[in-house]
Amino acid sequence: MSDEHPGPELSGNRHAINRNPRPHSDPADPNLHVEDDGTTSSGSYLLGLALAILLTLASFGAAITHIVWAPGLPVFLAVLAIAQMGVHLVFFMHVNATEEGENTVLALGFGIFIVMLVVFGSIIIMANLSNIMPSMDQLMKMQR
Amino acid sequence: MSGGVNTAVVDSHGRPIPLSERGPASTWSMISFGFWLFLLSDIVIFASLFATYAVLSNATAGGPTGQQIFDLKNVFIETCCLLASSFTCGLMLIAAERRQLRNFYLWALVTWLLGAGFIGLEVTEFSDLVARGYGPTHSAFLSAFFTLVGTHGCHVSSGLLWLLVMVAQVATLGLRSTVVRRLFCFSLFWHALDLVWIGVFTIVYLGSVHV
Repeated sequence: MSDEHPGPELSGNRHAINRNPRPHSDPADPNLHVEDDGTTSSGSYLLGLALAILLTLASFGAAITHIVWAPGLPVFLAVLAIAQMGVHLVFFMHVNATEEGENTVLALGFGIFIVMLVVFGSIIIMANLSNIMPSMDQLMKMQR
Repeated sequence: MSGGVNTAVVDSHGRPIPLSERGPASTWSMISFGFWLFLLSDIVIFASLFATYAVLSNATAGGPTGQQIFDLKNVFIETCCLLASSFTCGLMLIAAERRQLRNFYLWALVTWLLGAGFIGLEVTEFSDLVARGYGPTHSAFLSAFFTLVGTHGCHVSSGLLWLLVMVAQVATLGLRSTVVRRLFCFSLFWHALDLVWIGVFTIVYLGSVHV
């Protein structure tokens, strides 16, 4: 725990997932200087909340009313959902592509890859299967 | 606006020190990255449940379709509860980092109540469906629905339990750095549950409207 510095100077960045926990000047290494913007981050949460509310209202509004062309609705909803997930990741979970955030982003990329593989792989394979397979009625007849 | 890490580690000559030459990673970096990996694996579990739901959503076996049983007004209130609690969770974390005990308790209480409201609405919806005879045994569609949404509800319930434990830890241990680190992990967990809920309300509830 020797790397912990509970002083107020880091409070602005303390909760970023990959924020640098080093102090401005490390007593163990006087050559090391860290530039810290030290600003508060409740603004980030407020902006994230505003964007998330807008996107939520847009997707519920599009689903309930008939503003959006019906065949295009699934794509519209998917785009809004992905946008809102991005808002949550950036403004609430503070995922960013800084040097220290690289590992986080790489892991996230791998996670998204697995999720896509599982979801779309299952859908494609099962749709194919139900096309090829005879229906249950036909199977019953074949057994007789 | 921040939250991002605008830090640059430089040596005495102002040259940036590469990440590989800065010595071992801090406890904070390791814990947040390890917890991040846990969350991603949790999201992969949800992905398999989403895939199951997508495959089975039309297998209603003569029973009701989603359009007939889902109440979008209820879902909208649930969404608002979870989104608001995600926001207050962030405020709770900021208060904890600034060692503002009173604000921490206030936002923890608001977060817990909003989460409990979400669970209350979901339990009402589930018990209403079961009472109408549309339980998980009715059709493959309803099995997949109850599994997916129920797993998310279980996660939120365990998050509520975790928050109670964290408040007890703050009350007994104070806002020391280990406790704040755990609170940080809790906030990541809570935000991730909101992330999964975006998928749930888009695919399960809104996706069923115009099918």
